[in-house]
Amino acid sequence: MSRPEHIAPPELFYGETEAKKYTGNSRIAAIQAEMTLRAVELLNLEEDGPYYLLDIGCGSGLSGEILDEDGHIWAGMDIAPSMLDIAAEKDVEGDLFLQDIGQGMGFRPGTFDGAISVSVLQWLCNADKAENKPRYRLQQFFSTLFMSLQRGARAVFQFYPENDSQVDMIMGIAMKCGFTGGLVVDYPNSKKARKFYLCLFAGQTAPGQKQELPRGLDSIDQRNDSVAYTDARIQNQRRGKKTRKPVKDTASWILHKKELSRKRGKEGIPLDSKYTGRKRKPRF
Amino acid sequence: MRLITHNMLKCHVKNCTDPDKQFPLRFKDVQLEQIEADRNDEFLVRMLPRIDWAALLKTAKELNIELPDKVPESPADDGEFLSTLHTVILETHVKDGSMVCDGCGHEYKITNGIPNMLLAEHEI
Repeated sequence: MSRPEHIAPPELFYGETEAKKYTGNSRIAAIQAEMTLRAVELLNLEEDGPYYLLDIGCGSGLSGEILDEDGHIWAGMDIAPSMLDIAAEKDVEGDLFLQDIGQGMGFRPGTFDGAISVSVLQWLCNADKAENKPRYRLQQFFSTLFMSLQRGARAVFQFYPENDSQVDMIMGIAMKCGFTGGLVVDYPNSKKARKFYLCLFAGQTAPGQKQELPRGLDSIDQRNDSVAYTDARIQNQRRGKKTRKPVKDTASWILHKKELSRKRGKEGIPLDSKYTGRKRKPRF
Repeated sequence: MRLITHNMLKCHVKNCTDPDKQFPLRFKDVQLEQIEADRNDEFLVRMLPRIDWAALLKTAKELNIELPDKVPESPADDGEFLSTLHTVILETHVKDGSMVCDGCGHEYKITNGIPNMLLAEHEI
């Protein structure tokens, strides 16, 4: 798996072209939407009325649109200006901030009813500049976030941890800053669908009332309208069935390609004959 | 940025800790825009205790917006009050300009409705 956080710092990586690509890709949008819905579900908000939420690393507003649909009032922050410009163009209803979450945030205590963040936390574990110290930045982030949440509110982070020690570091610092909670893993048995959600509680809703960590989903059947992955092509190959596409560099593939080009109105396509795509004699 | 969020925002420069000065941030040369939004009375009543009324009044005065001096005793039944509150905190957006901290003098620029909250190296 490629890790964009190893390539460049976020504000540079998500430049104008990458931001457009990211937002225009319907597959990314679908996955982001699914993860946002799950994160909001994990927030465990009560039914009544809209809430005041924080979207950490809101990007181009893919997750914000979901919050808008639910009628929540939200504020979002991101470090990539190009992503924020796209969000502003889309007229999302939340308030956007250009902010480096590693520098902490300046909200008054008890501002938000909850916070969500989709695919962001792993960026904080990188030192992109000489003065960036991941531990210090994580601590700044979690301590100011803890302050800005209502007592008993939750913060849910979907993220892609690189290894176990990264998870330990993030959780350790979060606990030091006063959070309780833990990691919720969805579909732990599927390499493709596995998702990590760090589910943090800022104190208790009422004294003596312990918050319980939600359970992760564990079978693919539980997902209803999720992004589907089928391995039909590979399975058909094993069973010896013909797949839709002819195998590359064979005569039937060449004929297929030529036919396609003719259909598309290209000129100068050679005629088909018995010599088309025929194997040459071995030569010494 | 809506005024409700501005009311929650204080300066987060490292050595700027004077609680009287770091909040609220003072607006400078701002352009406002009104965007209509759905009104939800329950939400407004729930948010009222979180809003710093004195700060909101100060901000409203700077921007020449009319607001009652005090929150009525039973805001949930006061339709007129809720309607004004809704217009001020949820429909008034700041489009361009800047916010200045009275404590440390840091100027947060706002362009296209997005405040730039990035700090310099010595401010972290």
